[in-house]
Amino acid sequence: MLNQYTKAFGYPPLTKILASFFGKFLGQEIDPLKNVLVTVGAYGALFTAFQALVDEGDEVIIIEPFFDCYEPMTLMAGGRPVFVSLKPCPTQDGELDSSSNWQLDPTELASKFTSRTKALILNTPNNPLGKVFSRAELELVASLCQQHDVVCITDEVYQWLVYDGYQHISIASLPGMWERTLTIGSAGKTFSVTGWKVGWVLGPDSLLKHLRTVHQNSVYHCPTQGQAAVAQSLEREQMLFGQPSSYFAQLPQAIQHNRDHMIRSLQSVGLRPVIPQGSYFLITDISDFKSKMPDLPGAADEPYDRRFVKWMIKNKGLVAIPVSVFYSVPHQKLFDHYIRFCFMKDESTLQAMDQKLQMWKDELRP
Amino acid sequence: MSLKLKNAKRIEGLDKNVWIEFTKLAADPSVVNLGQGLPDISPPNYVKEELSKVAAIDSLNQYTRGFGHPSLVKALSCLYEKFYQNRIDPDKEILVTVGAYGSLFNAIQGLIDEGDEVIVIVPFYDCYEPMVRMAGATPVFIPLRSKPVDGKKWSSSDWTLDPQELASKFNSKTKAIILNTPHNPLGKVFTSSELQVIADLCIKYDALCISDEVYEWLVYTGNKHLKIATFPGMWERTVTIGSAGKTFSVTGWKLGWSIGPKHLIKHLQTVQQNSVYTCATPLQEALAQAFWIDIKRMDDPECYFNSLPKELEVKRDRMVRLLESVGLTPIVPDGGYFIIADVSLLDADLSDMKDSSEPYDYKFVKWMTKNKKLSAIPVSAFCNAETKSQFEKFVRFCFIKKDSTLDAAEAIIKAWKRQAS
Repeated sequence: MLNQYTKAFGYPPLTKILASFFGKFLGQEIDPLKNVLVTVGAYGALFTAFQALVDEGDEVIIIEPFFDCYEPMTLMAGGRPVFVSLKPCPTQDGELDSSSNWQLDPTELASKFTSRTKALILNTPNNPLGKVFSRAELELVASLCQQHDVVCITDEVYQWLVYDGYQHISIASLPGMWERTLTIGSAGKTFSVTGWKVGWVLGPDSLLKHLRTVHQNSVYHCPTQGQAAVAQSLEREQMLFGQPSSYFAQLPQAIQHNRDHMIRSLQSVGLRPVIPQGSYFLITDISDFKSKMPDLPGAADEPYDRRFVKWMIKNKGLVAIPVSVFYSVPHQKLFDHYIRFCFMKDESTLQAMDQKLQMWKDELRP
Repeated sequence: MSLKLKNAKRIEGLDKNVWIEFTKLAADPSVVNLGQGLPDISPPNYVKEELSKVAAIDSLNQYTRGFGHPSLVKALSCLYEKFYQNRIDPDKEILVTVGAYGSLFNAIQGLIDEGDEVIVIVPFYDCYEPMVRMAGATPVFIPLRSKPVDGKKWSSSDWTLDPQELASKFNSKTKAIILNTPHNPLGKVFTSSELQVIADLCIKYDALCISDEVYEWLVYTGNKHLKIATFPGMWERTVTIGSAGKTFSVTGWKLGWSIGPKHLIKHLQTVQQNSVYTCATPLQEALAQAFWIDIKRMDDPECYFNSLPKELEVKRDRMVRLLESVGLTPIVPDGGYFIIADVSLLDADLSDMKDSSEPYDYKFVKWMTKNKKLSAIPVSAFCNAETKSQFEKFVRFCFIKKDSTLDAAEAIIKAWKRQAS
C-alpha cells in the first residue's frame, strides 16, 4: 500500500520519528499529529507557512543575504518584505573573513519591527553565507519577536552541516519561542537526496493548524514512498546519533574537507573566500578583480558580480552564482562584489575546478 | 493567546475537510472501506519495478527540472499528441505537479483572481470550492439534474446540465468553468454535444475551461472520453489535467500534469516556482519509463490503458448487482471508479444518529459504518450548502478494490438483506 495515498499531514511513521527525534533538540514534547506537517520539500513548507499566515499588508522581515524565494513568497501572499542586512565587520589584514564576522546591527534590526510586522524569516545555517547564528544572536532575534508578537519562520535545512566545532541552535528551543516559531527541515539536505522533495515543519498546533488548512487545499498529500524511506533513515540515525558511523557526523566531516580544499584553491588566484561556519556554500570576495577590471561586459545597471560571473563562465570555465541575487534590489549595488560557490561536490569536480584555477593562475603571472 | 498569531484571511473558513472526518471513521480495520478513492488492487509490476531501478541511480536522487523532469514531459507530449491536433511543446505546454490536486491548485492560483466567478458543476470533487475561495473568487454552482428513468437502468448519462440554466450562470465576471469528465462522484462521461454547449459558452464569454480528466482511461463499453481542449476554439482557453495516480493505480506517487497553451501554462509555472519549485525526481523518471512501455502498445489489450477499464467494468457490474440486491438504487457510471446509490428507499432506522443537523447521507454513512461495517462517502459532501438537500439521499462507493474486498462487501450486503426481509 506504499503506492497509495497516506495520511494527508504526514506518513505516520515519519511524523512519529520527526516528533521523537526533534523533540529532544527543541526540548519540547512534540505530538506527531498536532506539531508536525510533512511538505513537498522545505520549499513547500515555506510556501505553506507564508500562505497560512501572511496577509495583504503584513510586513515580513527578511535578513540579507537571503535564499531567493523568501521575497517572492512574501509578495505572493500580499506581504511587504522589510530587509535588514548582515554586514561584515572589518578583518585584520591577511586574515580570511569568516561568516561569523557578518552580523546584524541590533539597533538597526529593532528599527525594522513595526506594528505591521507579522513574521521574521531566519535561515541558519545561512545560504549563501554559511553563517551559523550564535545563541546571543538568536536571543536578540527572539526577544524582538516576543516584544512585537511576531512569528519566527526558521529555515534550518542545513542544520547538520556545521563545521569547526560550531553548534547549530534552533531558535524554537529558546524560552518563549516554541509558541511562535515554525521550524523547517529538509530530508533532501539531511540525506543528500534533494530530488526526493520531502520536508517538514514543526511548531505549535495553534500555528500548524493554519498550515494544515493551506496544505489540504494545495497538495493535500505528499508522495508516500519518499516519506517511508526518510522515516526509516531517520530511525537509523536516531539509533546512531553521536556515534562515528552516524551520517550526521560523517557528512560534515567529509564536506568540511571539501570546504577547506576549495578555500585554498580559490585563494591561489587572488579570490578571497569567506570561511563558512555551515551549509555547503561559501562566498568569495572579488573586490580585487572589481578594481582591476571594473568594466566587464553587461547591461548598463547590471551589478558587477553578475557581469563577473558571466565573464568567468565564458573565459575561465567555472560556474558560480552572483551573490547580489540574494539581496533586495536597493541593496544589490552594495553587495555586488561577492560570488557563491557550492562545495557539495565529489572529488573529480573539485579536481576539475583546481585545473581551471591553475590555468587562471598561470595567466595572472607577470 | 496572541492576537497577531492568527491565520491569513485567504484560508478563513476553509479548514473543514470531509476526508479527514470520514477516513478516521473508516480506519477501523473491521470496516470494509469502499469510501475513499484509493485502489487496493496492485499497480502493474513494471511500474513498481521502474521505481526500484531508479532509486539506485545517484543523479536521479537530486533535483530535476522544476516544470517537469525532461524524460517525463517528453513521454507526456508523445502520448497526448495522439489525442490533440496540435503538437505539444514539452517545455512550454506541459507542467508536472504534485498530483492532479497540485495542478488544480496551480491553475486556480495562476489564473483566477479576487472577484472572479468560477462555475462549478454539482456534485463536485470537494477541493474545487475551497480552492476557488482561497483565490478570492466566487464559486457559482450548477447542479447536474436527472431525467426520469421509467423502468430502465438509471445511468450517469441520465444526469445532465440544463443548457439554459448553464447559460444563465455565465456573465462578464466568469473567469472559468471547472469541468470534470469522467465525473467524480457520478461517473458521467460528457458527450460531444454536452461539451459543445460548454465550449460555446466559454467562447462566447471568453472564459477559461479547467478540465479535470484524471479518470480519462476509465471509460466503459459504449462510451468515449472526449477532450474539450480538442474542440474548435478551445485549445487556447483550456488547461487539461491528468493524473499518474489514477492512470497507473499509484495514488501515493502524487504526480499529475497540466497541458495547455503556453500563454496559460506559463502562469501555472510561475505558481510552481514559488510554491514547490520541483516534484520528486525518482517518481517522475519511473513514471516516464512506465509511460514508454504502454505508449508502445496502445492497441494491445495488455496496455494498462486498455486492461484497467476492462477489469473495472466487471467490478462495476458486480457492484450494481450487489447494491440492487439490497434495495439500494445505483446509478450505473459510464466511467470513473465510483458508483453512487440512492439509499432513501431502504428507510434505514437512523434514530440513534444524534446529530440531526447533518444531511441524511452523512447520517446514513455513519450508521452503515457503525452497524454494517461498510463505509462509503456521502454525496452531499460534494455539494455546496445550497445544493446539499438535492443530493442527500445518495452515497458513493469506490470499486477499484480487489476481489476479496468486494467479496467482503458482498457478504455484508447479503447479511443485510437477510436481516431486512
